[in-house]
Amino acid sequence: MARIRLDNLAHTYMTYPRDDRDFALKPMNVEWEDGGAYALLGASGCGKTTLLNIISGLRAPSQGRVIFGDTDVTECPTAERNIAQVFQFPVVYDTMTVRQNLAFPLRNRGMDPTRIRNRVQQIAKVIGMEAELDRKARGLTADAKQKISLGRGMVREDVNAILFDEPLTVIDPQMKWELRTQLRRLHQEFGHTMIYVTHDQTEALTFADKVAVMFEGRIAQLGTPEELFRKPQHTFVGYFIGSPGMNLFEAEVDGRQARIGPHVIPLAADYGRPEGRVQIGIRPEFTRIAASGGIPVDILRIEDVGRHVVLRARHGGVAVNAILSEEDTLAEGATHAVFDPAEIGVFVDGWRRDPVEGASA
Amino acid sequence: MTRPSPNLTLAARQRHLEGKGTGWTVTARVTLAVYLLFLMVPIYWLVNMSFKTNTEILNFITLVPEDFTWDNYTLIFTDPTWYMGYVNTLIYVAINVAISITVALPAAYAFSRYSFMGDKHLFFWLLSNRMAPPAVFALPFFQLYSSVGLFDTHIAVALAHCLFNVPLAVWILEGFMRGVPKEIDETAFVDGYPFWKFFLRIFVPLISAGIGVTAFFCFMFSSVELLLSRTLTGTSVRTVGVAMTRTSSAIGLEYGTLAAAGVLTIIPGALVIWFVRNYIAKGFALGRV
Amino acid sequence: MRKVQNNGAWLLVLPVFLLVAFSAVIPLMTVVNYAFNDSFGENEFFWNGFDWFKEVIDSDRIRGALWRQFLFSAIVLLIEIPLGIAIALTLPKRGFWASLVLVLLAMPLVIPWNVVGTIWQVFARGDIGLLGVVITSFWADFNIGRDPLSAWIVVVMMDVWHWTSLVVLLAYAGLQAIPEAYYQAGRIDQASRWAIFRFIELPKLKGVLLIAVLLRFMDSFMIYTEPFVVTGGGPGQATTFLSIDLVKTALGQFDLGPAAAFSLMYFLVVLLMSWVFYTVMTAMDVEGGTQ
Repeated sequence: MARIRLDNLAHTYMTYPRDDRDFALKPMNVEWEDGGAYALLGASGCGKTTLLNIISGLRAPSQGRVIFGDTDVTECPTAERNIAQVFQFPVVYDTMTVRQNLAFPLRNRGMDPTRIRNRVQQIAKVIGMEAELDRKARGLTADAKQKISLGRGMVREDVNAILFDEPLTVIDPQMKWELRTQLRRLHQEFGHTMIYVTHDQTEALTFADKVAVMFEGRIAQLGTPEELFRKPQHTFVGYFIGSPGMNLFEAEVDGRQARIGPHVIPLAADYGRPEGRVQIGIRPEFTRIAASGGIPVDILRIEDVGRHVVLRARHGGVAVNAILSEEDTLAEGATHAVFDPAEIGVFVDGWRRDPVEGASA
Repeated sequence: MTRPSPNLTLAARQRHLEGKGTGWTVTARVTLAVYLLFLMVPIYWLVNMSFKTNTEILNFITLVPEDFTWDNYTLIFTDPTWYMGYVNTLIYVAINVAISITVALPAAYAFSRYSFMGDKHLFFWLLSNRMAPPAVFALPFFQLYSSVGLFDTHIAVALAHCLFNVPLAVWILEGFMRGVPKEIDETAFVDGYPFWKFFLRIFVPLISAGIGVTAFFCFMFSSVELLLSRTLTGTSVRTVGVAMTRTSSAIGLEYGTLAAAGVLTIIPGALVIWFVRNYIAKGFALGRV
Repeated sequence: MRKVQNNGAWLLVLPVFLLVAFSAVIPLMTVVNYAFNDSFGENEFFWNGFDWFKEVIDSDRIRGALWRQFLFSAIVLLIEIPLGIAIALTLPKRGFWASLVLVLLAMPLVIPWNVVGTIWQVFARGDIGLLGVVITSFWADFNIGRDPLSAWIVVVMMDVWHWTSLVVLLAYAGLQAIPEAYYQAGRIDQASRWAIFRFIELPKLKGVLLIAVLLRFMDSFMIYTEPFVVTGGGPGQATTFLSIDLVKTALGQFDLGPAAAFSLMYFLVVLLMSWVFYTVMTAMDVEGGTQ
């Protein structure tokens, strides 16, 4: 097991890339701690799978290095990296039984048969397929096959990392939850480094200790779920994480004040006078609806989603959402959205801007 | 572990990661090259001979014609018993392709979309005709077509070849049609298209690749067959194959002419393959991959 | 795909049905007629029972042809199927070279069968053919007109030359259809090249290989033109396969009764074999459909 470091890594599928946009992965430096449970979260086409395949050695990067522990493995084939990977769609060896499928990676490494038998039994229990061990894999359903793929990914104990590429896509929702819990347990038990690719934020946030949010070939932020929520480093993270996502407004910022059109919004710290495209963002959780203050909005509708209520409104052409607890009653004539100053983030050209040093309140 | 040097191209580094070292690649390339050589040398020998004089063929083994000549080709293009052989062959092959595709299209559609009484048995019976040895049918065909006055006509050979080409066409087309989602048919019917209009205007263009492949196979199997075409033709519709076999059994063999005639039969096939090259593999798998 | 029950579909298959019935059923009736009757010409027949069949079964000549036929088909399958798979594995996956190689591979398949025969007849001659000259330089007795072994070698070689490409193309199409993820999984699981072939490629090729075996068995079992042109069935009876023997009896000697009985049994053997293949194939289709 080892720490995984990506050093100035980038990838393009083109022979002669002209500019940044031709890169599927833009140059990045990332470190994955040994034994961490990570999620790689992003919309489809953002480069998640490419990044995963570069780490596992299925794809050679156009530039940069992949380092496991202290060893540069950029040129090492998968076998030498000692990595396990589970793919989006089930890959099983049709002509083998479930048992042979699970034993396959171990047999290829020449492990002792008794140990193989024990280990296979153990994994079969985890994926809930003990009863079907001696069936041929061919006739099984798609989710049973995917469970076998997961099992094959987890069967080796000595791997440097286990990579999951949207492994639960074909699994039905109930089983999804169960398998994810199993993966968590396995992680706690064996302490493998795990990297889990998904486009589903719930999956990412419940599985991982740290989530990397990817956006147009970049890692926009790598942080705990709490950090992604409270301090998104990029407007994309703010918008992508949370339900509904962060409210974002074009604004002018001057010291401790932001202005949205004619409306003045107080900030909790001094942000100086940033140049470029300036936006302020506030989570719906920290947005209240009041009779005055903040910005005027047109209330469109109120959605009851169980534990809380989502209020959908508009300010000009911009959507404004607020999450109200059920006790909160919407006062008659409340037409203004008011923001908690401490929770407002300032973004310049998409990236979070910290307050000016020493000036914070 | 050997490491590739860092200035290798991305593609080379990718191959290295995939474990396709130079050893494997070289073995594969050499095997393939040797096999292609095995395929091409006999054809080359035929081409080589077609440009030689009979004296050179019979007396010397030369890898390239020493006494290069077009005479063999000139003879074929000036002697009607030769060149009419090509014309006759092309005529019955064309008729056969047209008939096979026309009748096979609706049938393949029926097999791919509907289940009906006896469909499986019918399909198997059709296929069984593809499996029938032409030798079994040679004599009965001769008698049948003689009795209806079709002996020694293009249509007789074209119809006889339908025996194996129609089942084949149904089979290939059915494979391609299976790949077209049924929703397309249903949408068209909901939109009020009558069946034939839908079939000709919408469906047929959708499987044009499949039709091309089918035409290729019908062309091929009709033009390569000798036994039936020889049995069913006499003096007025003499085919190339017949002309060639009669030449080879005659006294005083003109090997050069025979070779030139052979080369000329290969050319149309080679051209047609080039046009369907992107579908060859799928076509030979009968659209079932 | 779920199919709609509709007997009206018969209308669509009717043209095919009529056409094939005309070219298959009527001639077959003629054959049956000849097989059970004897004739002194002029369309007068009398019932002859199974006498022709007995004659055919008892005929040493036909038994010899049948034995040679099975031997030939077996040899040809044993060479062409493995060789075809091996060549398919070496083909480039895409690009200009892939197209070019495919076209070259398909060449022998579109050459008229009598021309295939002509090519090999000339190619194998000890006096004017390249192959014949090369072989006679170290094996003086090589002669397809006199030595049965030479004739067999050339006929088998010709069939391998002619038809292995069909197996290659089928196997290649099957290989192309394997998703990249299977190979990636194989690399992750550290499978050897042999294991990838054995556990990933071969199982996925099963369907196309069955088609290949079916086609190759049938076509080699019915082979006529190529060996006829190369050896004329000789030397002696050495390369007289079933079709060559049948054509000699039926069209050469006009021995209609035995020829017809022979035809029927020949057809039945082929039919029986194709039924077995068809059953296995559809069974596998069903199995494949549940994946």
